[in-house]
Amino acid sequence: MSAARSCRPPRALAGLFVWRLRSTGARQMPCRFVHLYHVASSKLITFQYCNFLKRMYVTQCNKDLSQRAKPKSDSIVSPFHELQQLDQEKKVVHKISSASPVPQSWSEMSSRNELRKIKSAAETEDSVVPGGAESKEDRQWKEMKLRLDDLPGILARLSKIKLTALVVSTASTGFAMAPVPFELTCFLLASLGTGLASCAANSINQFFEVPFDSNMNRTKNRPLVRGQISPLLAVCFAACCGIPGVALLTLGVNPLTGALGAFNIFLYTCCYTPLKRMSIANTWVGAVVGAIPPIMGWTAATGSLDAGALLLGGILYSWQFPHFNALSWGLREDYSRGGYCMMSVTHPGLCRRVALRHCLALIGLSAVAPVLNITTWTFPIISLPINLYISYLGFRFYRDADRSSSRKLFFCSLWHLPLLLLVMFTCKKSVLEKEDKGELRGGSHEMAMEIRLP
Amino acid sequence: MAAARVLRAGGCYRRHPLSSASSSASSGSGRAAERGERPDSVGLGFRPPPHSHSDWIGPPDKHSNLRPVIFYVPPEESALERRLREARQEAQASNQRFWARHNRAFRQEKEEFIYSRLKAKGLEMRDESGQKATLSAEEMADFYKDFLSKNLKKHLQYNRDWYKHNFRITFLMGQVALMRALRWLRGRKRNVEQ
Repeated sequence: MSAARSCRPPRALAGLFVWRLRSTGARQMPCRFVHLYHVASSKLITFQYCNFLKRMYVTQCNKDLSQRAKPKSDSIVSPFHELQQLDQEKKVVHKISSASPVPQSWSEMSSRNELRKIKSAAETEDSVVPGGAESKEDRQWKEMKLRLDDLPGILARLSKIKLTALVVSTASTGFAMAPVPFELTCFLLASLGTGLASCAANSINQFFEVPFDSNMNRTKNRPLVRGQISPLLAVCFAACCGIPGVALLTLGVNPLTGALGAFNIFLYTCCYTPLKRMSIANTWVGAVVGAIPPIMGWTAATGSLDAGALLLGGILYSWQFPHFNALSWGLREDYSRGGYCMMSVTHPGLCRRVALRHCLALIGLSAVAPVLNITTWTFPIISLPINLYISYLGFRFYRDADRSSSRKLFFCSLWHLPLLLLVMFTCKKSVLEKEDKGELRGGSHEMAMEIRLP
Repeated sequence: MAAARVLRAGGCYRRHPLSSASSSASSGSGRAAERGERPDSVGLGFRPPPHSHSDWIGPPDKHSNLRPVIFYVPPEESALERRLREARQEAQASNQRFWARHNRAFRQEKEEFIYSRLKAKGLEMRDESGQKATLSAEEMADFYKDFLSKNLKKHLQYNRDWYKHNFRITFLMGQVALMRALRWLRGRKRNVEQ
């Protein structure tokens, strides 16, 4: 799946909306356009993020059971260069081929004993290390001194800034979908508060998981694992993000949103994180954690917990399962060794069943949206192809249960969610349309898709 | 076979300093501190530069995947700072012991599982081209599930210990940071008065 292909749909859609806006002769065009552009560009940011994720996970997933180093040419994944240096087994292999007088063709090795001799010869050579290799290892030792220039990068990685951006975009979608007039300041405060709360939760999560992260390929370059920041500083940063974030939500938006934010931080750090190592129920708790941000966006706009908020939360909740179960399928070795209780390891059949179940649930939830007056009936119709496609991939994953079907499902989930939310927003039932229905004579419904007026 | 390989690997493995360093540190730390040396660096094969006043962190350990830390012992280490350093050393040693043993067991059991499955299929460990024969991910899934369930209790115990260590170390770090801040403020006040 090329980057161009996955980026084209939202850009085309955004262009279409702008044209539609102009042709309807809207009253307050500049504000709508700004609002629409903002939401569309946040979706584009999400797409950039998804493509980055794809690059990261493609290279990670290619590892299988063997440790192949990442290609150095890919500058975006440069934090993982250390993999090459730190793979001790590869060093031994290099020493065998270059140093010991071994016949090059392996087919001449008939018995395992000869292989053992070579291995032990290489190991003894390893212990008599030449001066060059020693200094190379010395160079891998780093002083544990915090440099202020590195601090922004370190904190960004500590707070999982890209995941935080995705969380904020789901919260802003929740805000945008609420059937109330749009308020920019409230929107910005809600987004900022959600972002800060997410940063705090992610930092505490990394603080709790240092030795486990060290042992998993996906997470071994995190700042606390590498000693770039002390645990005390990580906790202080989490407090400096979490307390103002929740306070901002409570005082600047409304207490309900603040309470949801605080509850979500608690759920993620104190329930999900320890539960990961105790029971497979962690996946369901994690799905709730992912479902709360759009609910927070909705409550920030309306101030109450409506059926619409729960529907949006339900869509995010269902989406988590195909996304995470497909991802975890390729990480079974690391989870098993690291001691993580995941369905993919302990109950593989359940893992695939649940993923498929929730893909199908997405179709059902999309159909409920017009019933609750959140979107027009065009939404389930337009979203049906993408929901059917992810359900098809979910079915393939259920039936085949192999690496390629799990990867296809995972990558599909990365673009499925932003696209679904974008389509949902464009199909949103306009507040003004409901008011104008009585005024319009002849009921000229010129557009199938109406854009919400501020 | 697998046991012999593990023993050989253990023989070539550098004697880990932390278990010995933690015992010698408490006795030698006083003398070492006077000389400004770091007792931890003895077995790790790396000595931080003498002018450096910070801790040093190394590459991940071959067996435990954890990064060893060589702690700086200041010449006038207070009791609180010493408690913090010893807590960190103890946590590091305990983590190292657990993960080295755990990962070694994983590798060993994985080899044995692959060997037994290949034998059942009638295949050799290495095929004609000399490549190491591997099982598919689906065949390995049985091993992963089995290994995880066998070690669950061990992990639960380790989790409890790790959380205790982590909280204690972070709390001590907070106390030390506060003490140093107060000391610095007192120093400034004295300078201003003078």
